[in-house]
Amino acid sequence: MLKTILSAVRQYKTKSLLSPLFVSLEVFIEMFIPYVMGMLIDNGIMKNDMHYIVSRGVFLLILTLISLVLGALASATSATAAAGVAANLRHDMFNQIQEYSFENINKFSSSSLVTRLTTDVNNIQLAYQMSIRIAVRAPLMMIVSLIMSFIVNAKLALIFVVLVPILAVVLALIIKTAYPYFPKIFRGYDRLNRVVRENVRGIREVKTYVHEEEQIDEFKKSSKLIYKLFFGAQKIMATNGPVMMFVIDSALLLVSWFGARQIVYGSMQTGQLVSMFSYSMSVLFSLMMLAMIFTQLILAQASGNRVAAVINEQPSITNPHKPIETIADGDIEFDHVGFKYEPDAEHWILKDINLHILPGETIGIIGETGSSKSTLVSMIPRLYDVTTGAVRVSGHNVRSYDLKALRDNVAMVLQNNVLFSGTIKDNLKWGNEHASDEEIVQAAKIAHADGFIREFKDGYDTMIDQGGTNVSGGQKQRLTIARALLKQPKILILDDSTSAVDTQTEREIRTALQKDMPKTTKIIISQRIVSIKDADRIIVMNEGQIQDIGTHDELIKRNPLYSSIAKFQAEQKGVGADD
Amino acid sequence: MTKQNETSMQQPSRLQILNRLLKYTFKTAPAALIVAMISVVISAGATVYGSLFIQQLIDRYITPMLHEKVPNFTPLVHGMLLMAGIYLIGVIANYLMTILMMWLAQEVQKSIRDQMFSHMQYLPIAYFDQNEYGDIMSCYTNDIDTLMQLISQSIPQFVNSVLSLTFVIIAMFSLSWQLTIFSFLVFGLSYGVVRYLTINSGKYFSLQQAKLGEMNGFNEEMLNGLKVIKVFSHEADAKRDFEKYNDELREASGKANLFSTILFPIMGNMGNLLYVLIALVGGGLSAIGKMPLTVGALASFLQLSKSFSQPIMQISQQLNSIVMAIAGAGRIFNLLDEPVEVNEGKIEIAPNEKIQSSWNWLVPTNDGQVKEPVRGNIQFEHVNFSYSPEREILHDISIDAKPGMKIALVGETGAGKTTISNMINRFYEIDSGKILYDGLNIREIDKHALRQSVSIVLQETHLFTGTVMENIRFGNLNASDDQVYQAARLSHADEFIHELDHGYDTVINGDGGDLSQGQMQLLSIARAMIADRPVMILDEATSSIDTRTERMVQAGMDNLLAGRTSFVIAHRLSTIVNSDLILVLDHGQIIEAGSHDELLKQKGFYYELYTGKKELD
Repeated sequence: MLKTILSAVRQYKTKSLLSPLFVSLEVFIEMFIPYVMGMLIDNGIMKNDMHYIVSRGVFLLILTLISLVLGALASATSATAAAGVAANLRHDMFNQIQEYSFENINKFSSSSLVTRLTTDVNNIQLAYQMSIRIAVRAPLMMIVSLIMSFIVNAKLALIFVVLVPILAVVLALIIKTAYPYFPKIFRGYDRLNRVVRENVRGIREVKTYVHEEEQIDEFKKSSKLIYKLFFGAQKIMATNGPVMMFVIDSALLLVSWFGARQIVYGSMQTGQLVSMFSYSMSVLFSLMMLAMIFTQLILAQASGNRVAAVINEQPSITNPHKPIETIADGDIEFDHVGFKYEPDAEHWILKDINLHILPGETIGIIGETGSSKSTLVSMIPRLYDVTTGAVRVSGHNVRSYDLKALRDNVAMVLQNNVLFSGTIKDNLKWGNEHASDEEIVQAAKIAHADGFIREFKDGYDTMIDQGGTNVSGGQKQRLTIARALLKQPKILILDDSTSAVDTQTEREIRTALQKDMPKTTKIIISQRIVSIKDADRIIVMNEGQIQDIGTHDELIKRNPLYSSIAKFQAEQKGVGADD
Repeated sequence: MTKQNETSMQQPSRLQILNRLLKYTFKTAPAALIVAMISVVISAGATVYGSLFIQQLIDRYITPMLHEKVPNFTPLVHGMLLMAGIYLIGVIANYLMTILMMWLAQEVQKSIRDQMFSHMQYLPIAYFDQNEYGDIMSCYTNDIDTLMQLISQSIPQFVNSVLSLTFVIIAMFSLSWQLTIFSFLVFGLSYGVVRYLTINSGKYFSLQQAKLGEMNGFNEEMLNGLKVIKVFSHEADAKRDFEKYNDELREASGKANLFSTILFPIMGNMGNLLYVLIALVGGGLSAIGKMPLTVGALASFLQLSKSFSQPIMQISQQLNSIVMAIAGAGRIFNLLDEPVEVNEGKIEIAPNEKIQSSWNWLVPTNDGQVKEPVRGNIQFEHVNFSYSPEREILHDISIDAKPGMKIALVGETGAGKTTISNMINRFYEIDSGKILYDGLNIREIDKHALRQSVSIVLQETHLFTGTVMENIRFGNLNASDDQVYQAARLSHADEFIHELDHGYDTVINGDGGDLSQGQMQLLSIARAMIADRPVMILDEATSSIDTRTERMVQAGMDNLLAGRTSFVIAHRLSTIVNSDLILVLDHGQIIEAGSHDELLKQKGFYYELYTGKKELD
């Protein structure tokens, strides 16, 4: 995990090293100040030596200013370095996510990826900033203060030797007992937020079933749990401050008592006592800092693991070594293809698929939900890789092609399709960013989208909202088809992409496709017989296998599954306007 | 935004919010707050007294002893004991303050949270339409957090800092007024620096939040559309766009953190600087005899100057978090001040003990109440409705749904189909006209009773985290296991439930997890079936179920709907052809009404739809 995080330091290496350097120098100078101050009191003020006071005073002034500048520099470098490392981490994550295959994508939910890119990275950023500044400063300050106090008065410094370990043990105990509460508290928050989320989203259900009271009880249970856990943790954490104060006060009293005796018996001077006070404060404060850093770093650890998991996830589909860059035609061959999601899964999603599709052919695929229609076609643009057998496009195994070239030539309109915020034109240009306005209109015409686009006030410049909520389902489907057409693909796959388009329009789209893209191989998946009945060949899928291939007329006669679907849909005369 | 809205949206001032918050905190636990505040005073006093101790030590005990032949340590021992006592009181006061304020913060947090949720449950649906989910959610998370921070840390620290500052100033004056004035000058300067830095860091932190929000929006969209990005090989463009957001965020976050961390060395060294300056000036003045100042007093003054810069830094930092907490509290109070749904109806509902699956209205009269059977007659009389005054959604709607009738609502998206169904159980209030349920104006029926008499299956199904069993039982908490199984069988959910890992005990999360949209709809139908209400509304209830399964579900549903009034909204006309009455809606008005055959004869809108000449979106 640490290796992954540190690999994001890159161009911020200098700043990451400068910050601890600055802060170390600052500590040395800062720790020297009380020493000089003690001398100032003993040799200057006590002896009324004005000259001494001025010379040492100016010296001190310069020291302070240097220390101020060094401290400010340390802060500035640490803050910029940490922000930079965080940006690099986000960059690494986002780029890696872009390399993911569908298999990788399915492992992480998109909301969890969003959290990892923001909250988790933010935690790491703060931890990193702390590591290169305060985490250097605190232990160093403690050591230097200890050394300085030994220099000033070794006997008095022994007090710290006794007190510091005691305090360290107590602080460690507090952290240790309080820490187990925090994961529980976070889980409690998750639960509470979940109740709120489900109620806000499902408020209509809650009100319909008059469940307000039950949900309030549920909420109060979670809220009470958090209350109990939090207070439990805080009771322990609350001892932190007073314990610190107690130890500091004891140290001051001890230093005063023994210091007073030494002064009275002449083995120490007043100024030295004042310095000792300063050092004792520094020692104990830096110890408290250390305790805080320790807790913060532990909390950041979980975030580090979550971020590293994203970066270290290996894309399961990668470009071949010497890829073929061009695809000659839309010839597709499935050769004994078998597929399962996990190598050791028992259930085969696709079983022994053998199929040869000629360039320019129109293929229909029909079958019930779960018959693996979509999985079958996903093999062609390598959204998934076959487990056994091979898929060949234009005579070459799909694995030998450059991924981008392959996917540019195999246009697939997904079932759950999305548009992106931006204008309609921006969205269509996804298919081909260099497309001219004429080409865009042409594609939209084939997809029967031109008509409704022109009805919008801003036509092709109409803004699509995030999630595409301002166009209807049917309009969205036609836009996504137009977007795919702009690729000028050798193979076009429509995965149930016209389900929300009426049959009349759908027929016109099919005709336009035939006429304008005769060389393109077209594969149409549909639940509706009418959408595929004119195809050159129709594949009937059943439980991951090809049950039958033939024309509509052949299948109606010989395939019981096909004819039963056809019969059922014919009965539903309303189908004409449905879906 | 209408004018009316603008004026009613007047925001209370920060001071008003703070005042309300403090009152709320005080009311939650007055005794604890008072004790805590007294502890703050004691703790601050003890700290300042502690810094004066050095002077006492040097001037009153050590220096006199230097002149004694046989040093007498007794006064020193007394002084030390006194100091130890004061320190001890300080420690105790500090502990009391910390623990009480933490407890109080938790109390307030829990009570506000519970109050917020209880209140939210009774807000009208319109509230949830108008407010983004994320904004509502952040009241429960960020805003509550800042509030807790305010109570447990900012307030006591602020009070403590102000007190310490006052004590320190008094103590400094008592030592030397000249040096105090001199210190003020330096303090004024340092306060200016601190304010400048905290204001800047505050500014960049909000910029960072804004940039974070922008990047979140981008990420959300890109990650949801990741599969499309892959299919279109758009990875390079996505990476390029991301860089822009990433860079801006880095810039803002770097600056925000820079300004906030640079504060520490600057303040720390300001303290030192002041220390040196005072030593120089004080030492110089006393050396040339211009100012009567003992060594001990100077040492104490120096110590005080150190404890002076700390409260200034704290006050400045607390100011930022107080402003943030007030903003959060403002949002929380806004939620708490939202008016709840009106529920003036008095008529209650109760199951009929004699006949299963039937209910009675309990209509209050002057002397007790009368029972009237629930029949399921829904009448709309010239109903008009709009969400905002300038756009009417429903216009002059009149429907008479006789008990047991199946009414279909057909029309384009936005024609008002769902809105009509929302009027029946009073999710929204109509502008004019009347809706009668068995002849009773629905305004006179208690809202909960009204809703208990209507069940709705919505297109978008929401489940609640829990087992499949619990989710079906959501419809009727008193249902037995057998009743749950039966409902699941009728809705054909039973089949897929058996294929789940733990059958009916499988825990599903609120998003449905691995369930398909169709499976979630089946569960939601089962939920409505078990609720067994006299009136049913099916709003695109089977839109995600494949046609074969839909036909089977339909059979179970017809069974259930027999004898019950039902409203059906469906895209697939096949599901509604057998309705008793089909209402075709266009722009909020009923343009055609009649049975399937009647409407086909009319050769109007419905006819065009049915024959596929028109498309519904």
